[in-house]
Amino acid sequence: MATLEIKNLHARVAEEDGEQILRGVDLEVKSGEIHALMGPNGSGKSTTSKIIAGHPAYEVTDGEILLHLEDDDFGDLEIPDDVRTWNLLELEPNERAALGIFLGFQYPAEIEGVTMTNFLRTALNAKIDEREELLFGEDDEEEEEEAGYDTSPMEGNVDDGEVGVAEFQKLLKEKMELLDMDEKFMQRYLNAGFSGGEKKQNEVLQAAILEPSIAVLDEIDSGLDIDRLQDVSKGINALRDEQGTGILQITHYQRILEYVEPDHVHIMLDGKVVKSGDASLASELEDKGYDWVREEVYEAA
Amino acid sequence: MSSDQDHLKETDTEARFEFKKEQKAAFVAEKGLNEETIRVISEDKDEPEWMLERRLRALKQYQKMPMPTDWPGQPDLSEVDVDEIVPYIRPDVEVRGGVDDWRDLPDDIKDTFDKLGIPEAEKNALSGVGAQYESEVVYQNMQERWEEKGVVFMNMDQAVQEHEDIVKEYFMTKCVPPSDNKFAALHGAIWSGGSFVYVPEDVTVEMPVQAYFRMNSEGMGQFEHTLIVAEKGSEVHYIEGCSAPKYSAFNLHSGGVEVFVGEDAHVQYSTVQNWSKNTYNLNTKRAIVEKGGRMEWISGSMGSKATMLYPASILKGRGASDNHITIAFAGEGQNIDTGAKVYHNAPETKSTIESKSISKDGGRTNYRGLVHIANGAKNSSTAVECDALMFDNESTSDTMPYMEINESTVDVAHEATVGKIGDEDIFYLQSRGLDDDDAKQMIVSGFIEPITEELPIEYAVELNRLVELEMEGSLG
Ligand SMILES: Nc1ncnc2c1ncn2[C@@H]1O[C@H](COP(=O)(O)OP(=O)(O)OP(=O)(O)O)[C@@H](O)[C@H]1O
Ligand SMILES: [Mg+2]
Repeated sequence: MATLEIKNLHARVAEEDGEQILRGVDLEVKSGEIHALMGPNGSGKSTTSKIIAGHPAYEVTDGEILLHLEDDDFGDLEIPDDVRTWNLLELEPNERAALGIFLGFQYPAEIEGVTMTNFLRTALNAKIDEREELLFGEDDEEEEEEAGYDTSPMEGNVDDGEVGVAEFQKLLKEKMELLDMDEKFMQRYLNAGFSGGEKKQNEVLQAAILEPSIAVLDEIDSGLDIDRLQDVSKGINALRDEQGTGILQITHYQRILEYVEPDHVHIMLDGKVVKSGDASLASELEDKGYDWVREEVYEAA
Repeated sequence: MSSDQDHLKETDTEARFEFKKEQKAAFVAEKGLNEETIRVISEDKDEPEWMLERRLRALKQYQKMPMPTDWPGQPDLSEVDVDEIVPYIRPDVEVRGGVDDWRDLPDDIKDTFDKLGIPEAEKNALSGVGAQYESEVVYQNMQERWEEKGVVFMNMDQAVQEHEDIVKEYFMTKCVPPSDNKFAALHGAIWSGGSFVYVPEDVTVEMPVQAYFRMNSEGMGQFEHTLIVAEKGSEVHYIEGCSAPKYSAFNLHSGGVEVFVGEDAHVQYSTVQNWSKNTYNLNTKRAIVEKGGRMEWISGSMGSKATMLYPASILKGRGASDNHITIAFAGEGQNIDTGAKVYHNAPETKSTIESKSISKDGGRTNYRGLVHIANGAKNSSTAVECDALMFDNESTSDTMPYMEINESTVDVAHEATVGKIGDEDIFYLQSRGLDDDDAKQMIVSGFIEPITEELPIEYAVELNRLVELEMEGSLG
């Protein structure tokens, strides 16, 4: 059971005179929970998600982000007591990923020339390696580097990573089926030329492969047609049910929440979480918009 | 014609500056590149008279021609002192281009061999020490199969003796005359080694002809000449080079490649080269393509201090076609100036040029290309795409894709992109678990993928590995 704890997070754009965007965000997401984060355009939702993942464009000026791990988070892996709590802000993005943080992007990048299969297997193996290193201080990277090639430079690197090609193909196929994705995507270049909906579906596929403890999904539902929305929802629910992933789902619409039922709904306004409630809060927003929240918050202040 | 285009043409023109020779008086006899030196070389090789004459004529032309000095953004060649070569090319002087022992190689080169994981035996061969390598056997077997079909693949020096008629007809006569540019002239005077490939009519050589083996068994060449004659309807894929940096105490490489693509013949010429970082790599490569023939140039240019390389195709017959795929990488202190030239001299000719370059840590890459479509080359088409990827603000990249279109019924497409590696792309991959370096490496390997996918798998692997090492900044 992992817990992501965001406390009093303040952040600004990491430039000279960079704008202050987050002004005290508090959130706590545990494994197995589904949280929805809603709020008007420009209120700071994506910024929050990117800071969780470690985007270099932002500078945290106050507050912290902690990740607490427990034994069952990485299968049978026993996690030593002294490495159960991590200050994410001190870690590189890939180290955060290794510890189980996943960010589904609002605008996923397109990487030409890199096949999905190659990318995902590389990422999965990198994640497993890095996790070992963080938890047990094993640094076998050097060794690998030195070993180089076994016999000849013609035959390629002998180091195949934890998950071999065949095993990975099987895993990928299985997850693609779950998401009702066409197998041909395996050989396509990462997001290159993917339609808007396909990209979103691909974000969920990546989460399914990388098995995060906490997944932040930024507007995963925007641009999805009705059928695909259901496939994607199925994928998100499977993440929670089968892998115990905690989900922080950023959305503007009630619709996806009908398929992926949130345990908690939070409203962000001007860089702060100003109101939290259960699923009914989302339907209330759908009816009434954000004005009443704004009024409520500023009257109280 | 703009003045920029003149710069490309300059290679074909007369001398404007006298090349300044810095001769040290006491050493003149041994050190200067003069007629006597050429005679000694030719005699040592026991060459026929006509070859000696060609060499001497080339030397004269070399002495008359200017150094290219004023192309926009070109590499600085002022440190190239050709007279320094002489001790290395004179058979009567006891110094050689390579080193005699593995242990004498500079540390950074040895280090690179280690990183590439090249076994000791191979290292010796690759470093120019000239040890025998077991692939010689493989090569011998192929040789027998080819001979049955009349295919010839041998050392160029040997070909002068054994296939005199063919060599005499084609060697630096109609394809790359010494008058082409200063370094072609130099090459014509002092060339040595290289490959000769002859494919008879309608013969298809199934396996790629790999000069890799040759170089291992015969030591490297710095002024090697490659002559490929593919007769009507034949097909051959010639591959040259290997990823290990070629080191030499003298720092000029000036090779020459001439390819004759007969009617409906198909020649693919692939190189992956990695020169040690003190080398000036100045080559002239050209193909003449007859009716319906097809020429493909695939090259990966790595290493060197400066490279100037613009493989050219002259599409001479109706329906001839050309495909250029080039990739260049420039790190700290490197200026890699590469490109392509295509002359459409007949109707319905077709060319596609795809160029990718990467610059990092202040390195510079230039794409310098020329597509010339002659008046009367009706219904010809060309598509040029050049993409440059820069790692940082210190690195530079220029694209100079000149076009001279003198015919109206043609189809011309051109695309160029120059960009910095995307921070958002890097972050995306990092957020999936790849560290910063691996993320960049993955983006770069994706960037050059269109090139690597054209190469035989083992070369693709090597090229990727090389790029990886370059990016770690750990290559010598
Ligand atoms: N790198 C940046 N540089 C400058 N301004 C930024 C940067 N990133 C975010 N901002 C600004 O911060 C504010 C919050 O942006 P953010 O993307 O977090 O909003 P959001 O809540 O996700 O909005 P939406 O619902 O439209 O996606 C916006 O005004 C945005 O313009
Ligand atoms: Mg957003």
